Amino acid sequence: MSTDRTDIAWRIGGPQGKGVDTAAGIFGRACAAGGFHVFGRREYYSNIMGRHSYFDVRVTGRPVGVHRDRVDLLVTFDTETLVRHAVSVAPGGVLLHDASAADVAIDAMGFLDDPLQEELAAYLAERDLPPTTAGLLEDARRRGVTVLPVSYGDLTEALTHELGASRASADRMLNTVAVALSAALIKYDPDRVKRGVALTFGDRSKLVEMNRQAVDLAYAHARRSWDLDAVPLRLGVRPERPRRLFVTGTQAVAMGKIAGGLAFQTYYPISPATDESVYLEAHATFPTTDGGQGSVLVWQTEDELAAVTAATGAALTGARSATATSGPGFSLMTEGIGWAGINEVPLVVTVYQRGGPATGLPTRTEQGDLQFAVHGGHGDFPRIVLASGDVTEAFQDAAQAFSYAERYQTVVIHLMDKALASTTLTTEPFDTSRLAIDRGLVANPASDGSNGTVSFPRFRPSETGLSPRPYLGQPGGMHWLTGAEHTELGRVTEDPITREQQVEKRLRKLQLAAREIPAEEKLRLYGDASAPLTLVSWGSNKAAILEVLERLAEEGVTARHIQLRLLWPFPSAELEPLLATARPLVAVETNATGQMARLLREQTGRAPDHLVLKYSGRPISVEQLLDALHQILSGAAGPRLVIRNPYE
Amino acid sequence: MATVTVKDFQVGFPNDWCPGCGDFGILNSLHQALAGLGLKPHEVAVFGGIGCSGKTQYYVNAYDVHTLHGRVLPYATGAKLANPELTVVAVGGDGDGMAIGAGHFVNAGRSNLDLTYILHNNEVYGLTKGQASPTLPMGSQTKSLPEPTIQGSVNPLMLALASGYTWIGRGYAFDVRGLVELIQRAIRHKGLSFLEVLQPCPTYNNLHTKAWFAGKDQGGVPRVAPLDPSYDPVIEPDAGEGAVRARLGAFVVEATRGGEPIRTGVFLENLSVPDLGERLAQRLPAYRHAPPAHRVVADAKGRSNADLTPLFAEVAVS
Repeated sequence: MSTDRTDIAWRIGGPQGKGVDTAAGIFGRACAAGGFHVFGRREYYSNIMGRHSYFDVRVTGRPVGVHRDRVDLLVTFDTETLVRHAVSVAPGGVLLHDASAADVAIDAMGFLDDPLQEELAAYLAERDLPPTTAGLLEDARRRGVTVLPVSYGDLTEALTHELGASRASADRMLNTVAVALSAALIKYDPDRVKRGVALTFGDRSKLVEMNRQAVDLAYAHARRSWDLDAVPLRLGVRPERPRRLFVTGTQAVAMGKIAGGLAFQTYYPISPATDESVYLEAHATFPTTDGGQGSVLVWQTEDELAAVTAATGAALTGARSATATSGPGFSLMTEGIGWAGINEVPLVVTVYQRGGPATGLPTRTEQGDLQFAVHGGHGDFPRIVLASGDVTEAFQDAAQAFSYAERYQTVVIHLMDKALASTTLTTEPFDTSRLAIDRGLVANPASDGSNGTVSFPRFRPSETGLSPRPYLGQPGGMHWLTGAEHTELGRVTEDPITREQQVEKRLRKLQLAAREIPAEEKLRLYGDASAPLTLVSWGSNKAAILEVLERLAEEGVTARHIQLRLLWPFPSAELEPLLATARPLVAVETNATGQMARLLREQTGRAPDHLVLKYSGRPISVEQLLDALHQILSGAAGPRLVIRNPYE
Repeated sequence: MATVTVKDFQVGFPNDWCPGCGDFGILNSLHQALAGLGLKPHEVAVFGGIGCSGKTQYYVNAYDVHTLHGRVLPYATGAKLANPELTVVAVGGDGDGMAIGAGHFVNAGRSNLDLTYILHNNEVYGLTKGQASPTLPMGSQTKSLPEPTIQGSVNPLMLALASGYTWIGRGYAFDVRGLVELIQRAIRHKGLSFLEVLQPCPTYNNLHTKAWFAGKDQGGVPRVAPLDPSYDPVIEPDAGEGAVRARLGAFVVEATRGGEPIRTGVFLENLSVPDLGERLAQRLPAYRHAPPAHRVVADAKGRSNADLTPLFAEVAVS
């Protein structure tokens, strides 16, 4: 009765520090090794060990970049996972739980927040079920979910006896066992699971061997314990297996920065930005195409004030220089960003948005920093703001950001968000062949034999606003740099005429950027270009929107998506003809106030007809967005829809 | 290229410090020190903080970077890390370095990066009209203060020692000859050097004036005097733990000595800590010949020259 599936949503949860990530990595790589596309989403608390974390892995026959609310297979390592996610298992799905968690009172869960306890108690009461795990499991059974208990204790025993593993390593191998059990349930090729193990543990051959044996043990256990044919899920193996990578959003940015010529990176540790810098430090040397060696100097600073200023100091010497941070760090960086702005220093700042304000939600997603990125820092100065919509764009934008920074001699803020940062995805190797490196207008002062003591007019006004830039240390290029208003030589001035000239010079560069940056880098149009129903959005919502466009098309509803990629200078000219035919215009954002929608209204005069917003700290799922669109299409939706879901 | 002279480092622009300011002595010393070291203007980058002292670099003909309040060290650090060939000098005031920039001051000490930081210490915030700086002793009342300062003071030399600076000295702004020598020794030191310069603020510090430093009130016996010639600041590269402890002990005695005279000279010259550039070159083999400032990032056609093959191989799944 099992038929092959080409879209399976798998979720694993457990206490932080118990290997949820590792398990998801094994499962994802195992499926990728079978030729599937894999998307992974990681949710975790701001905690080192013990709090609830979970990982969604979606295995599909074609590329997707977003999770589903309804999961087909839920693997729970602990009771809390069962309690939080049992209701999310779709009819026809499977729920694997520890046998010891079969009857635990929900109010005994220490870390379960009160609103969720109340929600669950009400949900169960409505169905005449007790507020216990038994109640939740019974509810799942009634909804057509196959509920399978497993004794992790017995499996640990078996690992120690049959494989001769120590107690500690048997405990650690439970990840692999849980993955293999669920793979067995979907009748997936065990050799691919072993391949996933090998890809995850790499060259640690002893570990790989032990875990491979654990896979066999788990498959044998599954066959012995359960009637696998009765489980209505099956994942075959795809015939074609093109070369694919398994990367996270932060890795994509780091690789993009290396491809873009990054030579100097600073950071102060902050979630969720740190992974990027850690990756860069671990991959600080790499080959160049001419057979040489390139390297990145990664410098951990004492705070974000130092991170942005040290990166700026390095940029003055001609190094392609960047820093990476999240909201609270970006707040601290704004004084340095202003300095780079008035001094026309090329600087790339990657901002991984998380829930704000202040400490906010350190490990949860939000698109709450757009207005801050566009306006952060006092006074008027040009800056360029880019937002990536998926992992491939994250790579390309990270590389491109340096050329914009050097071409326009200003700060480029590259907006990511936590959802995209922690996205795990199978992707074709990124294309580096078309990355053009633009070093901008570099000064080459003629040597005049006078000790190189002649000062250089670094800030001489020009029609474009650009002026040649000497690097610190270059003979004949000497000038002054100052955070104060300055003359063309860089000397402090309060002269009103010079002030106006310099302000205008700097702002002209932004007009130049608006003219020069190609339209497809500013915004992209997806779906039915002539459809009036228009979803406008930015950042990581792209994948959910693209999938919803397809679902709508299946329902006979045509729609299109405008993805904004360049948020500043705002692409008003390119947008206006599209907005003229948009009816209704729906803005989709993961923030509370519709920051992009406000910018849209400010810059084009057009306000969206509907805002679809989510600010719980979790990304928008396919089902949630589809539901919102249905509400809009049926006329039931007001101007502001907020997506809520207590179970995530 | 002709020989560089002091004139090459001077600028023809008007100077807006108050007449009699200690900054003049420091500026003249810096001009002489740089020329004396045989450096060319373009080989030097002077970074300044905010305040009167932060204008010093305007009056030096070199690459000059006027930074943000308190941030002079991280700017200088980034530039020196990216281009190790630059001679990097950072200058800033006591408020800039010991208050808003204190975290940077401490953490720069951990690096032993080869640059020189000159702290102008006049105990007041001049450019905002005379508030107490972190080096003004507790209970002092300079003329702008409505009450004597109720907070204690930082000892910059001790803070530098605790933070790991490997060259520590103190000079006096109007002892130009002594100051030139100290700046040159600080720049020559292969590692992070910190020079505190005592200076009068003729406008706001009416306690520690030029006349006070000169001891006009005590028959011309100056209140600043060189360290005793027997004081040896050097920690040799192979110094044992005992020798290091003895040297640091002597440092503490001199740096915390109360009363007069206030000592000037080289308090510490620690040769036992490898400078950051050497450590970086060991970790990043390309650092020595292609530091970040000189990294070639594109091929002849302007395309990225980074070969990501090994990075892709590491995450390939099929």
